[in-house]
Formats: sequence, C-alpha cells, structure tokens
Amino acid sequence: MDAMPKWAEVILIPLISLILAFFLSGLVILAIGENPIRALQIMISGALGSTYGWGYTLYYATNFIFTGLAVAVAFQARLFNIGGEGQAALGGLGVALICLYIPFPHWTMALPAAILGAAIFGAFWAMIPGYLQARLGVHVVITTIMFNFIGASILNYLLVDILRPPTSMNPATARFPDATNLPSLHDVLSVVGIPFSRAAPANISFFIAILACIVIWVLIWHTRLGYQIRAFGQSESAAKYAGISPEKIIMVTMLISGGLAGMMAINNVMGEAERLVQNAVEGAGFIGIAVALMGRSHPIGVFLAAILFGFLYQGGAELSLETSIPSDLIVVIQALVILFTGALDDMVRAPLKSMFLMFRKPEATPKAPKPAE
Amino acid sequence: MANPETKGRPDGAVPSIELRGISKSFGPVQANKDITLRVMPGTIHGIIGENGAGKSTLMSILYGFYKADAGEIIINRKPTTIPDSQAAIAAGIGMVFQHFKLVENFSVLENVILGAEDGGLLRPSLAKARKLLGELSKEYELNVDPDALIEDIGVGMQQRVEILKALYRHADILILDEPTGVLTPSEADHLFRILNGLKDEGKTIILITHKLREIMDITDTVSVMRRGEMTATVKTSETSPEQLAELMVGRKVLLRVEKRPAQPGAKVLEVENLRVIDEKKVERLKGVSFNVQAGEILGIAGVSGNGQSELLEVLGGYQSATGTVRVNGQDIDLTGRFSDGQSRRARGIAHVPEDRQREGLIMDFTAWENTAFGYHNDPKYSKGLLMDNDALRRDTEEKMQRFDVRPPNCWQPAKSFSGGNQQKIVLAREIERNPDLLLIGQPTRGVDIGAIEFIHQQIVALRDQGKAIVLVSVELEEILSLSDRIIVMFDGQIMGERLPDQTNEQELGLLMAGMKGQAA
Amino acid sequence: MDIFITILQILDSTLRLATPLLLACLAGLFSERAGIFDIGLEGKMLAAAFMSAAIAFVTGSAWIGLAAGIGASLVFSLIHGLASITFRGNQLISGVALNMLALGLTVLIAQGWFSQAGRTPTLIGDARFTSLTLPFAETLSVIPILGPIYKELISGHSILVYIAFLMVPVTWWVLYRTRFGLRLRAVGENPAAVDTAGISVIWLRYAAVMICGVLCGIAGTYLSTSIQAGFTDNMTANRGYIALAALIFAKWRPWYALGACLLFGFFFAIDNRFQNISLYAWLAIALLILIAALLFFAARKSRLDMFVLGTLGTISAAIAILIWTTNGLAGSVVIPGQLMQSLPYVLTVVILAGFVGKATPPKAGGEPYIKER
Repeated sequence: MDAMPKWAEVILIPLISLILAFFLSGLVILAIGENPIRALQIMISGALGSTYGWGYTLYYATNFIFTGLAVAVAFQARLFNIGGEGQAALGGLGVALICLYIPFPHWTMALPAAILGAAIFGAFWAMIPGYLQARLGVHVVITTIMFNFIGASILNYLLVDILRPPTSMNPATARFPDATNLPSLHDVLSVVGIPFSRAAPANISFFIAILACIVIWVLIWHTRLGYQIRAFGQSESAAKYAGISPEKIIMVTMLISGGLAGMMAINNVMGEAERLVQNAVEGAGFIGIAVALMGRSHPIGVFLAAILFGFLYQGGAELSLETSIPSDLIVVIQALVILFTGALDDMVRAPLKSMFLMFRKPEATPKAPKPAE
Repeated sequence: MANPETKGRPDGAVPSIELRGISKSFGPVQANKDITLRVMPGTIHGIIGENGAGKSTLMSILYGFYKADAGEIIINRKPTTIPDSQAAIAAGIGMVFQHFKLVENFSVLENVILGAEDGGLLRPSLAKARKLLGELSKEYELNVDPDALIEDIGVGMQQRVEILKALYRHADILILDEPTGVLTPSEADHLFRILNGLKDEGKTIILITHKLREIMDITDTVSVMRRGEMTATVKTSETSPEQLAELMVGRKVLLRVEKRPAQPGAKVLEVENLRVIDEKKVERLKGVSFNVQAGEILGIAGVSGNGQSELLEVLGGYQSATGTVRVNGQDIDLTGRFSDGQSRRARGIAHVPEDRQREGLIMDFTAWENTAFGYHNDPKYSKGLLMDNDALRRDTEEKMQRFDVRPPNCWQPAKSFSGGNQQKIVLAREIERNPDLLLIGQPTRGVDIGAIEFIHQQIVALRDQGKAIVLVSVELEEILSLSDRIIVMFDGQIMGERLPDQTNEQELGLLMAGMKGQAA
Repeated sequence: MDIFITILQILDSTLRLATPLLLACLAGLFSERAGIFDIGLEGKMLAAAFMSAAIAFVTGSAWIGLAAGIGASLVFSLIHGLASITFRGNQLISGVALNMLALGLTVLIAQGWFSQAGRTPTLIGDARFTSLTLPFAETLSVIPILGPIYKELISGHSILVYIAFLMVPVTWWVLYRTRFGLRLRAVGENPAAVDTAGISVIWLRYAAVMICGVLCGIAGTYLSTSIQAGFTDNMTANRGYIALAALIFAKWRPWYALGACLLFGFFFAIDNRFQNISLYAWLAIALLILIAALLFFAARKSRLDMFVLGTLGTISAAIAILIWTTNGLAGSVVIPGQLMQSLPYVLTVVILAGFVGKATPPKAGGEPYIKER
C-alpha cells in the first residue's frame, strides 16, 4: 500500500530518524554530566560559524561523499560493502605511489593520474571479496570486514618498513612533491573573489566529489549498466531470466564501489596530508554506511547526508576540545543514525503511515489493488 | 478412531462450524463481506471462487492469522474466538495449506510433533508419536515413512504428512486450500479417498479450490465466493459446473477458445536428447526430443515439477544442458558464455516465464522500466551511451494501450497492477518483439477470468501469424483448448504425444502420472 | 623436552584465546539457527567487557561484574531483536550499527565514569576471575607426558574457560534433544511451519537472541576480567567477526564450532608466540611460485577466473621474483610482525573461500518473518 507520499518516504523518515538519534545522543551527553544544548551550540559554531569551520566540514564531507557513494552503489545491487575502510586505505597507497614516484610538472596532470591510481587500488581491494561472492557465494559482508583488517596490516607494514624515509621516525611516507599539491578551497574561491579560510583543508577534491555524484546518478538511472545493476539488486531470479549475468554485475558493482571508496584518497591523502600517514581513513569507510542509508542510496541524498556528517565530525572535534566529551560521541550518533534509518526503519515508518492514512480517510479512493488473494 | 474426545457422531442438526457475518477489510479493500456459512459434521464442503475472491482471507481468519473486523465463529454450538493458530488448533481446526508448512530437513516424525510435543525432552514424544503415527497411517492408508526426510519425499506424500499433522492434533475440522494443484490425477484420487474416509469418521472437511471438477466429484455442498462475498451455497447434487462458473464470474464464461485449425509450416524449434542435471546432481530432464513448427502451438502437459520448468529455462537460456537445440535450423549454445537470455532473444526467442513475479517482472520497477526488461540492450531504447527513457516510455504507453492494461499509467510500479494486468505487461513486451518462437509458461496462473480470454486470444492470434509457440501449463483444460499438439511430461521424460481432439483429460491424466501402458 | 613445553604453552594459550571465540560462536549459533543473523557479536562482547570491568571494579566482585556484563550484552540483544524481529529490519545493518554503538558508547561512558582515557581502572583481587588449580595438579605433575598436560593444559584456567567448553555439549543437547531445540531449529528453517503449529515465532526468536546475549556477555566478561585486568578501547579486537567466520566454517553445528574455534585460537596463539617468522628464502620463493601456479591452474574455467586469479597469481609470482632478486636463494626472509597479525584474517578468507560452498546456512536466516495469507 502506498499510503505515504514520496516526499515523506524520502525526506521525513530520514529526518525523524536523525532527530531520534540526536535526542538519544543528547541523553547520553546528559548522562555523562554535560549540557546537550550547549554541546549543540558548540558544534554549530565550530562547524558552521566560520569559513574555517566550513572548510573542515566540507573537507570531511568530501571524504564521506566518496565512501557514501561507494556503499550506495553496492546497495543498488543489494550488496553490502562494509569494506570502504580498507578500500580507501589502499586507495591512499595508490595515490602515494603515483605522487611519489612519477614526476609531475603540474597538479592538473597529477590529479587525473592520482584519481586513476586511487580508484584502481580501491577497486583491487574490493575485487577479491566481489569475486568470492560472485563465484563461490561467500558473503561480501564477512570478506570485506576481513579485508579491512588485512589492508590495515599491509599498510602498516609498508609505512613502517618500506615507504618510511630512513631519516624519519614516523610511520608515514615522505611529503609529496609540491607540484602534486592540490589547490585548496581558499585558492579556488579567491579566483572568483570569495574570501575563504586559508588554514582549512577543504580542496578541489570537493568538486570532484560533486562530479562523482552526478556521474553515479547518470550511471544508475540512465545507463544500461545501471539498469542491470538495479534489476539485479531487486531480483536475482528475474535478472537471470533477462540474461543479466549475476557474476558480471556483482564484479562490476564491487569494482565501482571499491574504486569510489579508493578515490577518497585524493582528498585526505593528496589534498590534505600531502603524504600517506598511518590510519589515514579514520573511520570514513564506516560513515559511508550511515551516509548511504540516510541518503537512501541516491547521489543527492548521499551528498546532503555527507555534508551533515561533515558537520557532525567537525562539530564533534570542536566539542572534544572545549568540553570533556570525547569525539567518540560522533561514533555513537553515527551508529544511532544507521540503526534508525537502516534497521529500525519500520519503527519510524509505521506510526507515520497510520498518521497519513488517518488524514486521508475521508477521501479514500479504493484505487489500490486488492492485497488479498 | 484416534481422537478420544469425539463423543460419537453428533446429530445432523448441529453444524460443526458456523460463521455469522464475518467481515474483513484491508484499508479501503473489503476482502470479506458479511460471510455466513454452516457446515455439518461428516460432510465435505467446497468453497469455490476466483483468485482474489476472498477465499484465502476467510481461511486465514479461521486459522487465526487475521482477526475479523466483525462477525462470529461458532464451533460445535460454542461461540469461539480465534486470535492465533494455537486457538484454532485447540478448537479442533486443522489446516492443509497450499504451500506446505513443513521443515524440509526434518523427518516426518519431527514435523508431526513440532508444536505438539508432550514434554521438554524429545525422546518420549518421538516414541509416542511413532506409535500413533503407525496407527493413523494404517487406518487412512497414508503410507508414510516416519523417518524419511521431507526433502526426500514427493509432494503427494508431503501433503499426507500435513494431514497427519492435523490428525495428530485431534482436528475435527480439516480445511484444505487448493490441495490438488501439485498432484497428479491419481494422487488426487488417493487424496479424495482419504478425505472420504475421514468424512465417514464424522470429520468435517472444507475444500477450497478453483477447480470445478473437484467440487462436482467429491463435495456434498458447495459455496461460491465472488469479490469478498458468499454469493451462493447449494447442494452439489443440485447444481452443474456451468451454473457454478457463472456464479463465480458473474456472467457466462466461454470455456473453449475459438480458433481455426493450424497451418503448420517449417520446423522452427528442434530439440534432441536434451538433458539437465541440477546442482543437487539430480537429473531433471532425461533425454527429451521434440520439435515445433511455425504456426502451431505445442502444449506441454504435466504436473509441476516434472521437468517442464527446466525445459523452459534451457530454451530461455538460463539453465545449462546437454543435447542439441536448433532454432530455424541453426544450433544454439546450451552452456557457456553464449547461453543466456540475451543471446536467446537475439535468436528470435521470446519467453513469458512461468513465474512472472519472480522472473518476468521486477515488482518494484515501473511499467516502463519493465518494458525494457531483457531488451535493455536494444538500440531502440538507447541514445549513445545512455538509455533513451523517453522513447521507452512512449513505447510502453503504446503497448499498454494495445493490450488494454489497466490503469494505463506507465509510471506505476509492477506490483500495483493486478495479476492479469501484470501478465499483459509481460505478454506485450514479449509478443510485440515479433519473435519466431514464443515460450510461454502458465499464461493464466493467478489471472482473473476476463483477462484469461484476452490472453488466450493473443496467443492464438500469434500462432495465426505463423509463429511457433511452446505452451507449458498445469491446467489441462488450457492445454486441451489451446494446443494443436500435446506432449505429456513425467519425471523428466516425454510420456507421449497426443492430438487434442483425439484425447481427453483421463488419458492425459494417466500419462501425467507416468502410466504409459494403461494410457496407450 | 623443550619442544614439548613450547607445544604445551602454545596449546595452553590456544585454549585461552579460543574461549571468547567459542562463547561468541555458540552465541551466534543459537541466534542464526533461529534465523537471526548477527554480526553484532563483536559489539555485544565489547559492551559486556566494559560493563563487567566497570562493575567489577566498583563492587570488587568478578561475579557481580559477570552479571553486569551479561546485562549489558542483553540490552544490545534486545535492540537487535527489536530491529530484526519486531520491526523486521535489516539484520546485517542492525548488527553493524550495534557494533559501532558499542565502540562509541563504551569509550564515552568509560570517560564519563573514570576519566582514564576511555579505560577502566585496573582490576585487582576478587574483581578478576583468577585461574583455578584443578585437584591433584601438583601431585600428578610428576607423571611423564600426562602429568604436565594435566597441570599446564587442563588445569589452571579461569572458571569461564571451563564454562565455555562445557557449553559445547550443552548446546548440542539443547539443540538436538529438547523440545526447545527442535522448535529453535525449525524456526530458522521454516518459521511458517512453526507459526502454523501454534508456536510463537516471535517468542522463539527473542529467546534465541537472548541466549546469544548471555553467551556474548560471558565472552566479553572473560576478556576484561580474566585474560586482562580491565577494559581498554576496542579490546575485543575483531574476535566477534572471527567467531562469525568460525560459525560458517562449522556449518552451524556445536561440535564443529569447537573445532573451528580451537583452530582460530591456534592461529592467534602462533601469532602471539612468534612475532617475526623467518623462512629460508628458497622455501618462501617456492611457496609463492606454487601458489601462483595453483592460481593460474585454477583460472582456466572462465574469463572472470582468468582475470581475478591471474592477477593474484601474477602478484604472488612478482613477490617471489622480488625476493629472489633482493635476497638470493640462500638467504632467509623475515615475515614481519605486521603481516603476521593479518594471518588469522587471511586464513579466514581462504577457509571461507575453500569450504563455504558446501555449507548451507539455516534457510530462513536473515529474513524477517511475515505472516502469509
């Protein structure tokens, strides 16, 4: 029964879920003896009160757009890729190798190469779980989790033993050459005369992320491949009937998904750190799950949800500086958002549905088909 | 008699079950409207009606799956409320569902005691059940092996396990929902013998079906349901199939399809020695050979699960096989990369699958998205790298109009159309491709009678354009009235070939049961 | 004799490390046999580890800590039940959310209560489960072979270890010899059969999820009050996921689960014991070449196999050649500790890839039960 208008489904339910998550987090803050209202104020002023705050918010959002799109694309094929963390880490390796070992004269040349490297390394890390799912039916949820750990170990090893410059004690690569440094949002916006914080890490990758949203939107809803991905996600048996190969779709979808997660590295590795450090992904892969769920697996939704989580992240960082609330609060909010939008969906939906039915009853049109057979 | 609680046969004046004014609606849809029914003990009562007439809803109310909005249920003079299945069982109601509710990897014995165990430990319960089962099995000729696993026994046997479950729980009222859908005629006869035996013991049996023949053969009284209402209750001996059909549909029904004799042309499809072995290493097709000519309909009759589905899947490209299949004289691949739905379509094969909800349509896709399903690579629907959704929508609207799909709104998701209209969407997509060969499985399953006529006309019209058609159906009536030639399948083999005007349901029924000798 | 002692020590730590895995694995077994997938084992263990340590510290009693740990785990189970049984949500997503929730919440509350950087204070005395010495351990230790085995291997573990191993026959007995077990197995295979037999599907599934909570509670408590003396951030260290892999490997059967968990425990014991493993270079090269050859051999079947397995085979051969050119055949290669740490995960993937094809999960697993008309 389509009792609810589409806007309620797409906007109202995620919004209510978010409010619930905020409310519960507020209770947690209260329980550890802090004032939730003040906490929210600190978060808002810290994340949105200055171009500096915005710079960080958009920087985080850029990460989350990539990982969110990665999860969303996989969701379209009903695959649950929780390996964004490992794929993004490997993407970082790809970016580092390209930036360190290829002498680029200018960033405009380095950027496409880095995007390619990031995507290939990320896709490679999603390829094996995809292959095991497609060929042997090993659930990608388990294998992608394992690959997160394996990826972390490999990166750890490479950074400590191989890529670390001999003079340094830090498990990190050398700084990338200056020619590969990406223009920051400050540089970009000053061209059109908008003042923007020089210190904030947001950079041109933000626009690449927006571009990725558009490309994914076209891919999913306007190409034959997207059509096949969605059809497979809806019904595997029907896909077989139509001559859509499940193996091919699983592989291609996982490669795209891993590639997107890997592309996050152009923002955090190439754009911000300008070298590859340990644990560079910082949980962005997991936030991608929350972002995709909240954004209803649609690029526009992913974009908006990513901005929201960017705000939460930057706000949370400010919060841990100014109060005794650790930044782990964000993990709690993120978990609650996933719980409410992904698993307790019906809890939010059912009362809303009956509310809409109640308002509708007077003009009830028996247009809906008979549910009983 | 297994049930110690039955105190002899009650006198005929007291109905064992009585419904008064049962109503139930889902949102704006009224599934049951003021249903009143009385069934006497020691009788078999039939309930007949089309798909969606409300039969299943009524049964769900009786078994505690739904709560009626209004009305009373009276069992043996006692007003009873049935909030859940537990209460239904306590009231002496046993239900045999259309889709059996058995745990596949449990033994017969475990399935029977599930929910009716005697105590916390299994061993004593199993021992007691084994003894009782032996007695019941002997008394009613049920012949089931208590230690066999459900997944290893046939559907007929599984159904008897369901009956055993009900008897083990001392059911006095046994309700069977479409019990013969998966049975061969001889298995159905066995079932009816069992039911007659139960009736003689004083049990009350309610038989829900859409098959007129069964109603006429076995019931004592019959009720007709239409659009949620009980339109009539009559003694079976005082009615006729024609009258019941009219009551069911609300108008006179054409039971035969009008068609001219076929004019077969060249061989379009040649199948030789086709074999299929499934993932469980069971041989599903055991060397099947036949051919189909242009301008004829080849009907494939058989009880479901005897290889017809696999045959359609092989021809449709999503089941690998060995053997030879030629279309218009050219071999097609039966395994490997070029054996899929896409390459079959490229060879002029269109396919209306047996299960439109699981295969033929994506239920959450709109009608226009479904129109491209399987033909998404067609240049007609593309614009460079992208899909030309506008062209696709225009095409869909046109097709919906030609096939009289209601409502003619191409933005509606497939799941919101009725069964008949869903089938028309699939048919429109496949027929309008102008294929050389049309595979069509269960064309009218779950389709209302009005749409059946339309669909049958379309199939015959396609034949008259000189196309070859393979029709698979479990409905013998449909096979007999549409086909130009009939082959019967049993256990992965072809049992024989008949011409529709030189055979009858009895003969085909024997072939479907694998009895070649008697049928010859 | 030296080797004998080393083996005994490795086996002894195998038992210790297998204990939390085994408890979590049996927990998952109850839940999944009833048709509720649970990747939230990790989170439940973590919540229990924190709560038991916190309460044990406050009360000074390990047993009260155990009760609190079980309580915390049960709360998480209840939420998972609510999401996946009552509100018919996605069980995988619910599990992921609960893992995150535990990760954030434990640190947040630990910070609020103890202000020790997200840890609990160190537990001493009765606040920990200490090892029990079984009777006659000293007396019998003089008997050769069997004496040391009894003293070192069988005796000297905390009571929770014995409980864990006792749970294997208990689980088997409950599952296969009781009415509850019959119904539990039935509800995971075909809930409709249970429902029409007049038994509540919802109640049964909640019962299973709650048992899962109790066992995870014991597992978590064991980590923080027995293996270690207090809670530290993310101390479960992915044991929940490994337990899940063990469950699949064990084909959802209790005795197999024992075997699988001992195997994984053994991997971890080896991993703990040998930080860096050095191999003869020729052996390492031969092994890598062999793996490459096997992969190339397995890749004949389809183009997809050729692509994926071929890539992996090429990588493996490339590493072999790299070792050859840098070390020569005569030297030795050190497998660094960072890579050794990922060994259990790599083996998990290999085991899943090799064996899962034959394991069929409970038929109704992962699907919420919706009454049919």
